[in-house]
Amino acid sequence: MQLARVVGTVVATRKDPQLDGGKLLLLQPLTPEGTSTGRPLVAVDSVGSGVGEYVFFVRGREASYPFLPARVPTDAAVVGIVDSWSLASGAVGPP
Amino acid sequence: MLLARVIGTVVATRKDDRLVSSKLLLVRPVDVRGKLEGQATVAVDTVDAGVGETVLVVNGSSARMVAQLKDCPVDAAIVGIVDTVTVHTESAASSRPRG
Repeated sequence: MQLARVVGTVVATRKDPQLDGGKLLLLQPLTPEGTSTGRPLVAVDSVGSGVGEYVFFVRGREASYPFLPARVPTDAAVVGIVDSWSLASGAVGPP
Repeated sequence: MLLARVIGTVVATRKDDRLVSSKLLLVRPVDVRGKLEGQATVAVDTVDAGVGETVLVVNGSSARMVAQLKDCPVDAAIVGIVDTVTVHTESAASSRPRG
């Protein structure tokens, strides 16, 4: 799982039926220091998160598990909204 | 899932039996502004996408979660056609992917 910020939304009218009703979010993965790392990706929301929030998300096959028994074809899902995080260095996030 | 543009089609007469009647498309990832980036890959189309459209591509074993791809030897599937991508930055810019 990785930290990310919700930076946008994606609308797709025509999609797999199992994705109907799902919220598609554009995520920017973050380093623990809070800077952007890697390319943005699209994830399905499972916790009611929204734009501007800090979240953590899961990649891979496990991304469809929050929606079981439905077989949702996604390789990324938001599974938690982050209130805060802290590092051994004393730094705390979100920045 | 990645945002990608359909840049072509693939025809393969001889292929794994489970891929018979699957539509294969060439897709290349795009950034949120619609600019092509990264490597092109072959993906199975499950939503009737066409060349030039911006689509959602699922990679890895998650691709087999699509009902019609159960137990198929695939690692990439197109599962949605993107209408709009809205990026909420400091300037609250909104963009519609080209194509």
